[in-house]
Amino acid sequence: MATMVKLQRKINGIKEESFNRNRVAEENRRKEHKAALLIQSWFRGCRVRAYLRHLQRKATTIQKIWRGYLGRMYFRRMVKIQKRWRAYYVRKYVHNYYALKQYLEGLIMTNEIVRRELEEFAVIKSREREKTALESGERKKDYLARKMHYLVSTEQIAGVFNSPYKLFPDEMEFRLRGAKPLSPKASRSRKHGTEGIVETSAPGTPFTLPQIEHLPPIPKKKQQGPFRDPTEVLLQRYKPLEPTLRVATSIMSVEEAREELKRKEWGSRVNDELFHHFSNANKSRRHELMLHTSSKFGHVDYGTKHFREENPEKLKGKKDFKRVFTTVQVFDKFGKMYSSAGKAV
Amino acid sequence: MRIAGLRISGENISGHFNIMNIVIARLEKRKRFYKKAAAFVLRAVAKHSPELAQAVVDCGALDALVISLEEFDPGVKEAAAWALGYIARHNGELSQAVVDAGAIPLLVLCIQEPEVALKRIAASALSDISKHSPELAQTVVDAGAIAHLSQMILNPDAKLKRQVFSALSQISKHSVDLAEMVVEAEIFPAVLTCLKDPDEYVKKNVATLIREITKHTPELSQLIVNAGGVAAVIDYIGDSRGNVRLPGIMMLGYVAAHSENLAMAVIVSKGVPQLAICLSEEPEDHIKAATAWALGQIGRHTPEHARAVAVANVLPRMLSLYMESESSEDLQVKAKKALKSILQKCTYLPGLEPLLHEAPPNILKHVVGQFSKNTGQQMPNVIVLLHVLQGS
Repeated sequence: MATMVKLQRKINGIKEESFNRNRVAEENRRKEHKAALLIQSWFRGCRVRAYLRHLQRKATTIQKIWRGYLGRMYFRRMVKIQKRWRAYYVRKYVHNYYALKQYLEGLIMTNEIVRRELEEFAVIKSREREKTALESGERKKDYLARKMHYLVSTEQIAGVFNSPYKLFPDEMEFRLRGAKPLSPKASRSRKHGTEGIVETSAPGTPFTLPQIEHLPPIPKKKQQGPFRDPTEVLLQRYKPLEPTLRVATSIMSVEEAREELKRKEWGSRVNDELFHHFSNANKSRRHELMLHTSSKFGHVDYGTKHFREENPEKLKGKKDFKRVFTTVQVFDKFGKMYSSAGKAV
Repeated sequence: MRIAGLRISGENISGHFNIMNIVIARLEKRKRFYKKAAAFVLRAVAKHSPELAQAVVDCGALDALVISLEEFDPGVKEAAAWALGYIARHNGELSQAVVDAGAIPLLVLCIQEPEVALKRIAASALSDISKHSPELAQTVVDAGAIAHLSQMILNPDAKLKRQVFSALSQISKHSVDLAEMVVEAEIFPAVLTCLKDPDEYVKKNVATLIREITKHTPELSQLIVNAGGVAAVIDYIGDSRGNVRLPGIMMLGYVAAHSENLAMAVIVSKGVPQLAICLSEEPEDHIKAATAWALGQIGRHTPEHARAVAVANVLPRMLSLYMESESSEDLQVKAKKALKSILQKCTYLPGLEPLLHEAPPNILKHVVGQFSKNTGQQMPNVIVLLHVLQGS
């Protein structure tokens, strides 16, 4: 009976308690549900992100490989074109074999002509010199004969030049016979040959190359109409290639220059013995430290760790000097273009 | 006039400055015979040494001489020009003093005179003035000397031609612009005819002029090659002997040094056999050195050039010149450099074979290197090589 009373008393509280317990359990359930949800969503998020990252990497790799392939393909195509152009350019403008051959053949012919003409000229000159020498010899002998006319042989006495022991008298004898004696007036007024003045009109004068006289130009009739000067047109039509410096330098110019320097240095080197650095290294000698780089506390920083004083505060807002500039290619074309577009600069 | 007799012992009077002052005093008032004699005295004193010439200048002789240059009598002008030439010959400062006295326009006027002796001496004075520095040469050119000098190239007098060519070569040796101005006076190809002159100093001075012009740029050398100058110079080298040949040899070296096309032009004009003959014939060391240098310049460009030089059998001769102890230092150095530069490019193995037998080790290693690069062509040479290596 007592227990039934106890129980009856408890019945009233049971509803409340069960309600409370339900509520608490419900709240706990919700909390736990939310927590589980959070954990699961986080974990799913991580998984998805990891998957996306993985995809991203794979996509990057594929794109990388593809772009590389594409670029290489284009590069090969470009190289083919540039190869053909460079071969053409070098063979036509830089090392034109056929032009050089033609030039050398022309040069051989010119040399032949020059040699032949010089030979002829030398022969002509020597002949002239002989002729003048002969003539002056003749004149001298005639003058001597006129001076020594008294040495002519007479019927009674044979002259000096008419030896009785010879078959024929000397040639001087004949000159003496034909010579007219000099008069004293003529000997006084005989002018000594003007050494310095060259007479170009007298016969037997030295040979000078004929001066080419240029005739006056024939006046050209100017064409009617606003035509351009034909020379300008022809210049433009047959304008030679003016490659830029970048095209004109060979692609191997740096290496070639290095090779050239090496060869020059090798060729001009007289002493072939190599300089052996540190050949005294194995000789035992204590290395003496320099006085001003060492103190009793060890090495001074200056000279090894840093070399200069630097004041970074002073250089705070300042920028470096601009050392590389782009060229202004517009000015290259000024005045050289056929149309008047280039003059717009 | 009495002093004229003293001019022979010019050196003895040098200490007596007051005599020179007396000579020059009131020169412009005197007769022309006095002026001539005075100029001879000054010349006789000034020609011996730079100090004496300086002493002459210090006495104020230059103004007196320039006054004499304005005289009408050609004899006086000749004596004055001669004295000025001798003063200017010694060094640059004295030449500058002569120029500052205003002598150059008067000398250029003297060149235009009809007397050949006066022309000769004026040309030689201009040559002496312009040889010292580019500024002096420019002053001479600015006075219009080149046109008059180039008109006298075809004059028949040999001594005049000597001085004219010497003057032109002294002017053109200093810079490219001066050389171009000399070339613009249209002396080529008329100058080449003077290479056949019977007087050897005329030929030598012509060759010097051509050498000074080709020295500067490849374009000037190209001009001379196109005019047939190389053939003329090679003939000139063949015809002359001794020191007279030297400018011609140097000219070929300078032409070949500029570019490989010009070196090929020299080879094609048959320059290499002529130079080989020079190398073997000439007794003097400095000419042999110049020839070795010229051959080195020709052969150093490409294997074709080196082959052309090797075919002429030049390499053994150069090697022997390098090895002989009696060759001068300069000759040995030049022969070695030339040999090295030709060997760098030589692929003509029969030409290299004689070198294998006699070369010292430092040359031999280059020869052997060339062989090793080219043995694909001929096997027997390897056997020769082995023999040599066993023998040495």
